[in-house]
Amino acid sequence: MQFDFQRLGALIRKETIQILRDRRFIMLFLGLTFVQLFVYSYAASRTVYHLPLAVVDQSQDSTSRAFVRALVNSQYFDATMYLGDEVQAKDAIAKGQVKAALIIPPQFAASVDQHAANFLMLLDGSDQFAVRSGYSAAGLVAESFGLQMSAESVALTGAIPSTSGGLPINTSTQILYNPDLNDKWFVIPGIIGMILQTLAVEQAAIFLVRDREWGIMEQILATPVRQLELILSKMIPLSILCLLAFGISVGLGIFWFGVPFHGNIFLYFWMALLFLASCLGLGLVISTRARTQFEAETSSLIFMLFGLLLTGLFYPRTGMPLIPQLIGDIAPLTYFLRISRGIYMKGVGLEFVWGDALILAIYTLIVVFISAKNFKMRLD
Amino acid sequence: MLRRTWAITQKEFIQLLHFPIVLIGLTVGVALELILFAFAIHNNVTHVPMVISDQSRSEASSSYLNAFTDSADFDIVAMVPDQAGVIRAIDSGQASIGLVIPVDFATRVQQKDANVLMVVDGSDSFDAQSAYGNAAAISQQYAISLAPQQLSPLESHIQILYNPDLEDMWFIVPGFGAFLLYGIALKLTAFAIVREREAGTIEALLVTPIRPIELMLGKMIPNLCVAILNLVLTYSVGMLIFGVPFRGSLLLFSALASLFAIGSLGLGLAISSVSQSQVQANQLASLTNIAVMFVSGFMFPVYNLPLILRAFGYIMPMTFFLPIVNGIITKGVGLNDLWTPVLSLAALTIIIFYFSARSFRQNLD
Amino acid sequence: MNQFAISATNLVKEFKANKSVVTAVNGLSLQVAPGETYGLIGPDGAGKTTTMRVTLGLLSRTSGESSVLGFDSMNDMYEIRKRVGYIAQQFSLPPTLTVMENMLFFAGIHSVSSEQQKKRIPELLEFAGLSDFTGRLAGKLSGGMKKKLALACSLIHEPQVVMLDEPTLGVDPVSRREFWNLLGNLRAEKGLTIFVCTPYMDEAERCTRVGLIYDGKLIVDDSPANIKRLIPGHLLEFTPSDFDAARKLCTALEGVLEVQTYGEKLHVFVDDVATRKTQIEAALTSRGITQDRLREIEVRMEEAFITLIRQHQESVELKGALPQKSEILGDVR
Repeated sequence: MQFDFQRLGALIRKETIQILRDRRFIMLFLGLTFVQLFVYSYAASRTVYHLPLAVVDQSQDSTSRAFVRALVNSQYFDATMYLGDEVQAKDAIAKGQVKAALIIPPQFAASVDQHAANFLMLLDGSDQFAVRSGYSAAGLVAESFGLQMSAESVALTGAIPSTSGGLPINTSTQILYNPDLNDKWFVIPGIIGMILQTLAVEQAAIFLVRDREWGIMEQILATPVRQLELILSKMIPLSILCLLAFGISVGLGIFWFGVPFHGNIFLYFWMALLFLASCLGLGLVISTRARTQFEAETSSLIFMLFGLLLTGLFYPRTGMPLIPQLIGDIAPLTYFLRISRGIYMKGVGLEFVWGDALILAIYTLIVVFISAKNFKMRLD
Repeated sequence: MLRRTWAITQKEFIQLLHFPIVLIGLTVGVALELILFAFAIHNNVTHVPMVISDQSRSEASSSYLNAFTDSADFDIVAMVPDQAGVIRAIDSGQASIGLVIPVDFATRVQQKDANVLMVVDGSDSFDAQSAYGNAAAISQQYAISLAPQQLSPLESHIQILYNPDLEDMWFIVPGFGAFLLYGIALKLTAFAIVREREAGTIEALLVTPIRPIELMLGKMIPNLCVAILNLVLTYSVGMLIFGVPFRGSLLLFSALASLFAIGSLGLGLAISSVSQSQVQANQLASLTNIAVMFVSGFMFPVYNLPLILRAFGYIMPMTFFLPIVNGIITKGVGLNDLWTPVLSLAALTIIIFYFSARSFRQNLD
Repeated sequence: MNQFAISATNLVKEFKANKSVVTAVNGLSLQVAPGETYGLIGPDGAGKTTTMRVTLGLLSRTSGESSVLGFDSMNDMYEIRKRVGYIAQQFSLPPTLTVMENMLFFAGIHSVSSEQQKKRIPELLEFAGLSDFTGRLAGKLSGGMKKKLALACSLIHEPQVVMLDEPTLGVDPVSRREFWNLLGNLRAEKGLTIFVCTPYMDEAERCTRVGLIYDGKLIVDDSPANIKRLIPGHLLEFTPSDFDAARKLCTALEGVLEVQTYGEKLHVFVDDVATRKTQIEAALTSRGITQDRLREIEVRMEEAFITLIRQHQESVELKGALPQKSEILGDVR
């Protein structure tokens, strides 16, 4: 198969002019990227604050009220209802009016003094976020409240408190890269990748089919162009557009969402280009196999779903059974996610991401090769 | 009027059956999707890779570390000499969490004054929180076991209703089934309407005495049947394979699920009415599909959503159907506990239908 | 061996659709000598476009042989594409590129060197009458101008053969004539071989040779003059007041070889003009049918084709292959 740079150049020029003159396409492309970026970034968060809480305070003394205050002050809970007994509380949970209920038994203050107090927290087990958040929050607040109470009582009695304030082993924590465990810092580097993977795959998928359905393809086929030239000419201008969208998204991530960038920006963009090339190549493979735009669209939609759920973006890949793991292995995002998080958040360099980068490079070569082979230079 | 609607319905049924592949693909495909994803998605974080720097190397530290290895939550993947080594391991992605046990650990434990440093990979904040929480809990348990008398004066009892073992599947399957149904409904209507418009047969129909509303209904009914079939299949698969219990009333669920299906179909109708081509309809449908996942409360909690996104969620039937699904399946509650979401869903469905009928009619002209 | 510019031998092309097989081209053979203008004529669905596409290698051949300039359609696809200019039936040039950009694009993909480009592009634009429109978007050109641009783009690499599939379809008669004048100039100046599919009979007259394709086969393959000579008799034409009656009357008359309808006119083939003309006039008058302008006209390609197609069908019927067909309407353009 002969390859000619002049032909390639002419094809690239045509594609570029067509894209540049299609204002609507560019607006739509960029617009979609940014809308999705905003919606997903603001929605994606697992930390649950302000869980609606029903309070059944059967003690009604200063200690019990202090405990409720402690829970509310932690921001994890909002005391929205005050009820009489456990039955009412369960009912409120059943109705979905609250996600948790606190039952404080009578004589709370006295029991605390005697080191024999307890409370019951009911959690809505049908809501996984409420449960996880509520569980650890309740435990945390209870522990610190308890320690505070015992410290106070010790101070009152004049005894000497043990230095650690309770337990023989204490843990101090150092959280790397994202000290506040800000969800957005975690989500955004990944989301940008996901949005672009979806867009790149989809656009590449319909690109080829669109030309074919316009009858331009027949004219071009009657010339000496080769498959590889056609494939590359579709990929290169689109990569630039995607890289542009990527760059702006990263800019928004840094300056609007305030997620600090730690690594080498040049390396990051080279990796991004590699990632985009692999996504476009994948889209072209879909395109060469699809016969109508509908088929191409459906395939890319399914792929988008995979990209969302199986690449490790929001759900961990460790522990996935074999088939979902394998499917996730086919998505370029799985690899770019590690690269992106590595460079963006951890600030690591090539020595850590070269493995994934190499995989993406090989991936790109393979998909370009496959789509070139699949692309029929005839009408049937 | 009924007769004309029935005629259209029959025609649509026949057309639908012309593509048995599409039908089979949809129903079987959906069941497969459910199985695939439900097995894959989980939030439980176990076997988290952990790196240790045990500078004490004493019996006390070994005993402490055993608490971690004994739990299934952590897998110790490396032992490094110092804190820098721990950080490097986390940098490279080899581990997500690390423990640094200081040299004087053993003596300090005797003095009830020991300190351990936990280094957490914050770049993965979703998992970091769980990992960190788990590790802290394990550490605390161990510490308590050493000094049982140093208990906090306050003992917490936490009772998890409905799903005490926190079975992941019970969280995922009900919601995911609804999500798949929504996707199907969108695809079906988009396919049905735009296909006709592109083929130009809509014009031929318009010359007949058919009224737009009859056309619309005629198209909806076969799709509704397919959607319901799908629903039954999906949830049966969910119950059988994943052992998710169905605690509520099947009848109530079917009725409300049909309501949801109608609302989703209506939404699909609206989308295809405003789309000028098959491609556009598909793109729009896919986008709302994904967006719904984010704002309806399925993937992420609704409480933290900023106002705009919350409002957007309120025009999606899924946002109201999710509490219904969870309510009936997992909580086992009845209608009198679900008034709020049911009424909201009903109201939303009516509104959607009104608008889609209007834009459908407008589009025909 | 192959001194022909275009050659097809027993060409067969089958399409598979769901469960049936459609044979679009059924054993077609033709040869086009270099420098000829060959016109492939036939009704819709006869197999013209398919023949052209298979010969070019745009469709795969089911069986038989086909080649262009000695290069086989299936095996030497790229060699053919280098030397042939083509305008597809549903051709489309990138609409968001300007006239000049389109020319540059096609020049580029045909590997035309930049010196050559500098010379040829202005020439071709001039030739096609598009010199003043270089900056206009291709999508905004009129139908006729689009065709001329397509022609210019197909000539940029100085091909030896030009294949055009219904190039003047849907174009106004004036532009059609201009287009054919251009083609004529091409042949005169450059000695190009031109292979054209056309449904227009008047265009067939301008070809060196014409092939009539029907049901995937060539019924006749000769120069226009020879084809017309195939038709026996002379042609009389008139407009009757009572169409059906006149038709029946004439068919039954002695010396009438054939009757064709042509809109509201009747075409009657007779063995001798002088005698039969008066006889027809008499017969019509006796039945009370008036007529308008009964006169002899020259046999045109249309009439020739109608006759030939009918003859072909009759012979096929005789072999028992086709059901009875009563008449062919003269509705070929």
